[in-house]
Amino acid sequence: MPSRNEQRFWARALHISVLAVFVVLLAFPFYWMVIATFKQNIDLYNVENNPFIFNLRPTLDHLKLLFFDTGYVRWLANTALVGVLVVFITLVLALPAAYALARLTGRWGQRIGIAIFLTYLVPPTLLFIPLSRVVALLGLQDTIWSLVLVYPSFTVPFSIWLLMGFFKSIPSELEDAAMVDGLTHFEAFYKLVVPISTSGILTVVIFTFTLVTQEFVYALTFISPESQQMVGVGIPIFLVRGDVYFWGSLMAACLITSVPIALLYNTFLDRFIAGFTVGAIK
Amino acid sequence: MAVENRRLGAAMFFPAIAFIVLLIGAPFALAVMYAFSDARIGSPGFHYVGFENFRSILQSPSFQAALRNSIVFTVCAQIIVIVCSTILSIALEKPFRGRKFVRFLILLPWVAPISLGAIGWKWILDSIYSVITWVLVWAHVFKPYSAPMWLGEPHLAMASVILVHCWRLIPFSTVIMLAGRTAIPKDIPEAAAIDGAGFWRTLFQINIPMMAPIISVAVLFGTIFTFTDMTVVYILTAGGPFDSTQVLPSLAFATGIQGSDLAAGAAISIFLVPVLVLIAYFMLRAAHRAEVA
Repeated sequence: MPSRNEQRFWARALHISVLAVFVVLLAFPFYWMVIATFKQNIDLYNVENNPFIFNLRPTLDHLKLLFFDTGYVRWLANTALVGVLVVFITLVLALPAAYALARLTGRWGQRIGIAIFLTYLVPPTLLFIPLSRVVALLGLQDTIWSLVLVYPSFTVPFSIWLLMGFFKSIPSELEDAAMVDGLTHFEAFYKLVVPISTSGILTVVIFTFTLVTQEFVYALTFISPESQQMVGVGIPIFLVRGDVYFWGSLMAACLITSVPIALLYNTFLDRFIAGFTVGAIK
Repeated sequence: MAVENRRLGAAMFFPAIAFIVLLIGAPFALAVMYAFSDARIGSPGFHYVGFENFRSILQSPSFQAALRNSIVFTVCAQIIVIVCSTILSIALEKPFRGRKFVRFLILLPWVAPISLGAIGWKWILDSIYSVITWVLVWAHVFKPYSAPMWLGEPHLAMASVILVHCWRLIPFSTVIMLAGRTAIPKDIPEAAAIDGAGFWRTLFQINIPMMAPIISVAVLFGTIFTFTDMTVVYILTAGGPFDSTQVLPSLAFATGIQGSDLAAGAAISIFLVPVLVLIAYFMLRAAHRAEVA
């Protein structure tokens, strides 16, 4: 019979090694991006060299190429612009809808809310063929406006769902009191409820923005010219010339783009997860 | 008052509903129409052709491969993801020093854009400069220049696609399970331990059954994210070699967009619908159960 201390030691060792194995497996590609970003090409493309260390001095050449000789900066700007516009459209549509479903429509509100949540399950890969025709008919092909139009179709449903939960947690006495003071219900909504909902709104803003940066299928389908790309498509498709992959710059771009998005998303993750798990945890 | 509320409510959710109907409902209907038509990019009109598209795609070897791969990839990835994320969520549950940072590292694959993570893997699995190859040569498993091409051989390419899907989904499903585990009352496993139930017995007879609802949420979302995804396949292998990693979404893209055959592409993507309907059914059931409870 092993002693208590011994048992505790093995439990701890097991715990640490499980964590270590998963951290290495999951974070390795990002570590590998860091290495490739700063490695000279003759070091990078030499199978004799140990790939884990810098056999030659680190270099900033890949970053210079990325920022000055590719469309990367342009793609960042496109992504930021689409992100901001989609966030705006999402808030304008989702805030009133979520409030209405949480407060004004009674039992039907919950059912419509669930129906809206289910549309979140309809994937881009089911809709991209007809939407490509719609976008072409509207003359939006090859411009970022096609994405400004289409992206809210997946950000609005989930945002309504998140905000519904949020509004339900606000006591309705707040609006009742305001209405006694002479405000209409709608005024009570945008003068009182919206201002105190900043944390819910912020969650929607971050969620929408990260989804925009992560989308791939629509951006790939609707837009072909290099100058109009989003980062998610521009980097993996347009940093390849013919068959030549610029691995150093490619990995640099992946790293610089992913880490801020990851940090932002990570901060709000628990709230998104609460949105996913509604129904299973109560 | 109630009538007034209902009117205001309808006015407030109408714009969002109209938008969703126009951009999800209408394209979905159009996809179904295309699937029964001869629509092509470049020709203005289209005609009803009945089940012609379905008949021809069902006979095409590419479609058969894509359907089989979609199912194989989704099922394999879900099994691996559930096992790994159950273990990982148990390991992450108790507070320890540096837990926040460890959680961030573990979450990276999920929170970073998938197209960028996939291209990172393409570099790791490169035909010549793969780090995996280098390590295996260094360990004398392979002679130099004789290691397999990870993305160039059918079975290895399939394994690579599954690997990348797992890599992306393990973090997601881990956080879902962590959220679920916090909802499990602590006193039941503790009481079981006092009554003499060992670690494994507590795990299989108490913890896992209590986690069943949350595991099912993770599986439902994981299935959708794998089954309807084309990004991983498109970037890693573009469906090759010889359609060995082709999946329904990537084949629909290759046929409908790159090949201009809207009708056949739409018909291929319609095959995603039965799985989505099934998942929607299970989610509704879960939501209903929560409403009753």
